[in-house]
Amino acid sequence: MTVSVRPGHNAPTGSDDSAPGTSRRRFLGFLVAGPTLVAASQIAVETANPTPAAANVPTGPEPGDLYDLGQLQVLATKVTSNLITVEVHKDGTVSFAVPRAEVGQGITTTMAMLIADEMDIPIHRVHVTLSKARPEFQFNQLTGGSNSVRSLYAPVRHAAAIARKRLVDTAAARWRVDASTLTVKDGVIHASDGRSATYGSLTKAAAASRPLPMTADLKPTDHLRLVGKSHNRIDAHEIVTGRKKFAMDHDVRGALPTMVCRPPTIKGTVKRVRNRAAVLKMPGITDVVTISTGVAVRGRTFGQCIDAVRALKVTWADGPVGHASDADIIAELHKNELPLAVPDVSPLAKTIDLAFTFCFASNSPLETGTAIADVRAKSAEVWACLKAPIVAQQAIADRVGMPLEAVTVHVVQGGGSFGRHLFHDTALEAAEISKKMRKPVKLMWHRTDDFRQGRVHPMATSRIRVTVQGDNVLTYEQRHTSVSTDFGHGFGDLVSSFAGTLPGFNFIGLAQTVFELSQNMPYEYGLTDQVLNEVDMDFVTGSMRNIYSPDVATARELMTDRLAREMGLDPYKFRRKFLKDDRGIAVLDRLAKAGDWGRKMPHGTAQGIALHAEYKGFCATLVELDCRPRTVKRKIEDAYTGPRVTKAITVVDVGLPINPRGLEAQMMGGMMDGIAVALTSSLHLRNGHFLEGSWDNYWYTRQWNVPPKLKVIVMPQTTNQPGGAGELGVASAKAAVACAYARATGRMPTKFPVNHDEPLGFDPLPTTPSVPQSPTNGLDKIY
Amino acid sequence: MPKHTFILNGKRVHVDCPDDVRVLWVLRDILSVHGPKYGCGLNVCKACTSHINGKAFNPCSVPISDIKTDDEITTIEGLADTVKGELHPMQEAWLEMDVAQCGYCQPGQIMAAVAKVKQAHAEGRKIGDKDFDEIRNICRCGTYHRIREAILAGAKKM
Repeated sequence: MTVSVRPGHNAPTGSDDSAPGTSRRRFLGFLVAGPTLVAASQIAVETANPTPAAANVPTGPEPGDLYDLGQLQVLATKVTSNLITVEVHKDGTVSFAVPRAEVGQGITTTMAMLIADEMDIPIHRVHVTLSKARPEFQFNQLTGGSNSVRSLYAPVRHAAAIARKRLVDTAAARWRVDASTLTVKDGVIHASDGRSATYGSLTKAAAASRPLPMTADLKPTDHLRLVGKSHNRIDAHEIVTGRKKFAMDHDVRGALPTMVCRPPTIKGTVKRVRNRAAVLKMPGITDVVTISTGVAVRGRTFGQCIDAVRALKVTWADGPVGHASDADIIAELHKNELPLAVPDVSPLAKTIDLAFTFCFASNSPLETGTAIADVRAKSAEVWACLKAPIVAQQAIADRVGMPLEAVTVHVVQGGGSFGRHLFHDTALEAAEISKKMRKPVKLMWHRTDDFRQGRVHPMATSRIRVTVQGDNVLTYEQRHTSVSTDFGHGFGDLVSSFAGTLPGFNFIGLAQTVFELSQNMPYEYGLTDQVLNEVDMDFVTGSMRNIYSPDVATARELMTDRLAREMGLDPYKFRRKFLKDDRGIAVLDRLAKAGDWGRKMPHGTAQGIALHAEYKGFCATLVELDCRPRTVKRKIEDAYTGPRVTKAITVVDVGLPINPRGLEAQMMGGMMDGIAVALTSSLHLRNGHFLEGSWDNYWYTRQWNVPPKLKVIVMPQTTNQPGGAGELGVASAKAAVACAYARATGRMPTKFPVNHDEPLGFDPLPTTPSVPQSPTNGLDKIY
Repeated sequence: MPKHTFILNGKRVHVDCPDDVRVLWVLRDILSVHGPKYGCGLNVCKACTSHINGKAFNPCSVPISDIKTDDEITTIEGLADTVKGELHPMQEAWLEMDVAQCGYCQPGQIMAAVAKVKQAHAEGRKIGDKDFDEIRNICRCGTYHRIREAILAGAKKM
């Protein structure tokens, strides 16, 4: 596959290998000492390459254009990425422990593709596991920011290339021929005279007895067979046969089911347990102990733990959120909103103000919080899905009072994350419980707790003021005011090391840094200023897939449609006119054509179009939304129907797509997320707790909300660097749905999700007991 | 303690536990059969969907005492053994369409899909959008579109 750079194409922001032939392929790697070959690599440094603004009223590069969050992460990993290693075994298999968490984004498949391609071996011989927490990785063991492929693409290819070269050199030495005369196919090295040897037969001879630097060349991109072509997930067979193991599927000796009785308010604490002895006598129960977050029970089965949790009589102290409700939080946000500026523009310019509210949302995956912990007198072992396992290891060591080296943290594959597993809440609880009980525990959060007490996407408001004159947007100011987002998962280390060295940039606080680096303006809106202001209100918050962008972009795209109307332009044509980057225009054009933009739509239905740029990629979405009464009022038992997206198309350009099928999957998921947060799903805060306690309360997109027509188009390669993909689809999907809603109903939505203030469509579960009992009438519902 | 017995994935099993323990915990915690997953325990998310005597059911909401001696329970692990060939056509369709992302919901999705297709075929019709809209299994990764494509493909071979 060759790089295609279109004529007149602006240099993509921040990428140094965008033009054909300039890719720096010779690099330095290492051999690590071992009985068989272990190859390691170091990362090459990305350089920033600011784009000169073009046309209309130029918008200068924002911090997010110069350095995006992903680049910061890549730079931060530079120091320790020589620890990325690839090991070749005597049976010809190659193993790689990736310092990341696999949570459904397909990272293990992507890594296997890169290694198989670089080494010329069949992909089924590449075994990718998840590395346990290794403090020596320092900042290079963090999964987030859609960054895994961006930060590992080069070092993994390097390590694989080093391994290949070493094996070929070993064969060349053995056969006394020039290495350049040898070829490799399917893990077998061939000499021109017919001699051959497998990688497996050479790995012992190729091994190093001490660390050894060596240079190698990466394969030219057009020699890669797998990269750039669709590949199915390497763990798919395991999944469809039920063999893929998640945390609770591991049998760790003695680790019995454990659950926690939690307070009726957020971050409430235990004052007194009134019937511990009685609960201890319940069937199957082995232990009942008070911990920092509630009362833990351990027993033979989870069902018996649920019984015990429900039987506990606990006196609680209220948490810091007290008995607040949504309205209180909105009022507090309004109080803290920074005033919008009065821009110094011509008196002939028109000012347009818009304001939006985004409600609390949940990133609870289908798999609830789970962890296994076995804490002994002088050592501790924990299994959990963790995106920042080093931070978890440190926190656990502190909690159990042991040195870091005494704690082993195994990273387990997760049943989704969406940002949740950046935190180690469950692993830490499990360690605390195991230590107090002096027994191994298999901790699982109840579904209801996972919504009510788990991490949440914070409530926020976003106000935008634009000034426009004639054909030009002169200024764009966006003030995003949010309940504070917790970034305590080790991100602070990354930023504090590097923020001071960024050009023209002051370290102004972690959340604001993330905001500044993740938000960029794809349109020429003149003087642009996007600022985040956070208010700490003691909620348990965290980053939810795409963090600020879905909210910020939705506000921006609604304003964009408003501006289009002001200038008498169609939303697609307006965006096309104002887009800064040719890659964005290409994506938008492709989308408008594929989605038949502008086709006549029945009354009560409409198309919506939106674009978002982040992680060095571009993503645009077109939806058709049906808001007609017969659709909105569909009756499905215990379900939310409402407006339905009947067609959804996303076009995505990530620079270098490594696995188009995997990329499509991420975009589809992002689209489902966007539909959910735009139309149906939120947490209602009432009296100090969130009401939602099941998937028939928290209405994430279900089959009856799914667009029957859905398509993802992956643009051909535009740069030499893979952009981030895991989160990219959410913002433009949410925004497109919002824009379609405005056009279909004639009313611009200003609160999200659109259904939040409708009469509650479910009966909230009680807060005491904290979890509901499982039904017993299952056999009445077979089909 | 009460004794219970039934047929699980073609083999008879015996379990000692109280009557009210839900079948999901008997499978996972006592018998170490982990294919059916816990997503809610409330018969809402359907992650635990398995088969009883060939029909879809959710073991999280069935007390073990409701299971009769000759009831045949099939979990995802046993689905392939109910047909000739290495995998069930629905599993093969799932592989062909590359449906799964995290994979947590997929055992339940596949078991539900098989039952849904059998239901449609028993009613003498092909499976379609109206049936898909009735599938309550949650997929938080949002693979619904590929699930639909896979069900259509799998149904053709059932």
